[in-house]
Amino acid sequence: MKDVLRIVNLCVGVDGRIILKNVNLYIQKGQTFALFGPNGSGKSTLLMTIAGSSKYRIYDGRIMFKGVDITEKATDERVRMGLGIMYQHPPKITGVKLREILKHCAKLGGTEDKIYEYVKMLNMENLLDRDVNVGFSGGEAKKSELLQLLLMNPEFLMLDEPDSGVDLESIAVIGEVINDLLDGKSGIIITHTGQILKFVDVDYGVVMYKGRIACIGDPREILKTVEKYGYEECARRCLRTL
Amino acid sequence: MSEDFVDLRKVGIERDPSKRSASFMMVDESPEVGFSRGVEILSTREAIERYEWLEDYSWRLVEGEGDYDGYFIRVPRNVKVEFPVEACLLLKMAKSQKVHNIVIAEENSELNLITGCTSERLSGLHLGMSEFYIKRNAKVTFTMIHNWKRGNEVLPKTGIRVEENGVFISNYILLSPVKVVKACPVAYLERNSRAFFGSIIVGFEDSEIDIGNVVYLNGEGSSAEIVSRSISRGGKVFSRGHIIGNAENVKGHLECKGMIIGNGVIHAIPELEARNPNVDLSHEAAIGKIAEDEIFYLMTRGLSRDEATSLIIRGFMDIEVKGLPEVLKREIDRAIELVEKALV
Repeated sequence: MKDVLRIVNLCVGVDGRIILKNVNLYIQKGQTFALFGPNGSGKSTLLMTIAGSSKYRIYDGRIMFKGVDITEKATDERVRMGLGIMYQHPPKITGVKLREILKHCAKLGGTEDKIYEYVKMLNMENLLDRDVNVGFSGGEAKKSELLQLLLMNPEFLMLDEPDSGVDLESIAVIGEVINDLLDGKSGIIITHTGQILKFVDVDYGVVMYKGRIACIGDPREILKTVEKYGYEECARRCLRTL
Repeated sequence: MSEDFVDLRKVGIERDPSKRSASFMMVDESPEVGFSRGVEILSTREAIERYEWLEDYSWRLVEGEGDYDGYFIRVPRNVKVEFPVEACLLLKMAKSQKVHNIVIAEENSELNLITGCTSERLSGLHLGMSEFYIKRNAKVTFTMIHNWKRGNEVLPKTGIRVEENGVFISNYILLSPVKVVKACPVAYLERNSRAFFGSIIVGFEDSEIDIGNVVYLNGEGSSAEIVSRSISRGGKVFSRGHIIGNAENVKGHLECKGMIIGNGVIHAIPELEARNPNVDLSHEAAIGKIAEDEIFYLMTRGLSRDEATSLIIRGFMDIEVKGLPEVLKREIDRAIELVEKALV
């Protein structure tokens, strides 16, 4: 099977409210998808469900990763199989140092010898002994997430708004790291503004609207339509053509 | 003496002259000085017999009377004791152990004291009364590790006087299930002196723990910080703190954080009392369970649920103590590891 990730007819809810409706998405090895959509359309829910968050309940459908049904698997098992997620808003954990988490990430990715190199590359030395994400600036939180992913070296990346809340200069750095991470790998990037697409090449764009996939197409064309007409009109046009 | 039934290393007791400046051991009511260098260490009874002036120190900071034994430690003026001094109080055969300790750090001296209290008996009462005198410019770091058995009752009383520019740093760790621990050390701070009280308490099922600190900021410019981390796993934990600002430009901060694992009770009682308008007193208190989103986050980094829980509990208990010597930090880390193993 060429598909590294297959999402089949996925229906997901939280607190009895349905958020994702019959989502189908096939991603092949080496492909990267950009995921667009307005707030509350289900983008983050999709990534969190793929990662195995117990907050979300799967009513129907399944998730296949590298040919294995992972729908019921625990998060750490999925991660050991090669899934990696970058949070938009990672939680602040008092008393747990970034250094400690990096050790776990490096052990997982077999990159123990790379820790120092990556830390230096991202200029993160001063954050190593800080409680993870506590008092981190927007840019620092993003870099910390990317540093962890670099060390975990996952086969499939899920990046939730890597370009939100950071200045243009930082986006360039973040883009560069994402390109490294995606080299020969596959992934999904959620982007609200599309800024990151100036630095990262993606193969397809997907629009999520009200919990459904409204269309799949050329990411730049989709972005142009969204910028010109807004999501509602974009989704309407897309759905009309489906 | 056979202390083979309990692991004294768990409460920080090494009895190794290459790691400690002095070693004291009290089994039931029999004291014994193992070795000492650079610091005077005697049994309290012996010290009171030898030094008449000790009357001015005995039963002055804690209420009480009577002729109990315990440890007397005195660091001479200008002496900085390099390795920690250790004192072990072991409840072995007796139904109760009453202890009277006196610690004097003379002017400009420095002492690190580790006290380990433990029991071989499944039940029994430990009553420790301790008086600490920290003279001008002296610094005492006091680490107390408790490892009791389910039926033990522990009711210590402690008084601390910190003179001008003196520093007192205290860390208390309770490792094990116990029937009752009730302790509320009282500190009296003079001009520009400083005190820190850190405590890490775990309340297992059927344990009732009531721990607090009272600090009187009596001298101008004095400051105190009380930081507590309480975990309840079925037990009842009262976490108290009371800072009284009596003088100009004093500063006090209280931080009580509680975590309930499964069931249990945590009652945080932070109190601030200002008796002077120019004081800076503050507190923060929070109680909750382990956040699921934090566990999930760590699981997305490849940790199992148990590993993630363990790391979060470990982080919760990790109090940053300024001025803590590396060797004591290691003892505390080791004690926390034991707590962590017992919890997850």
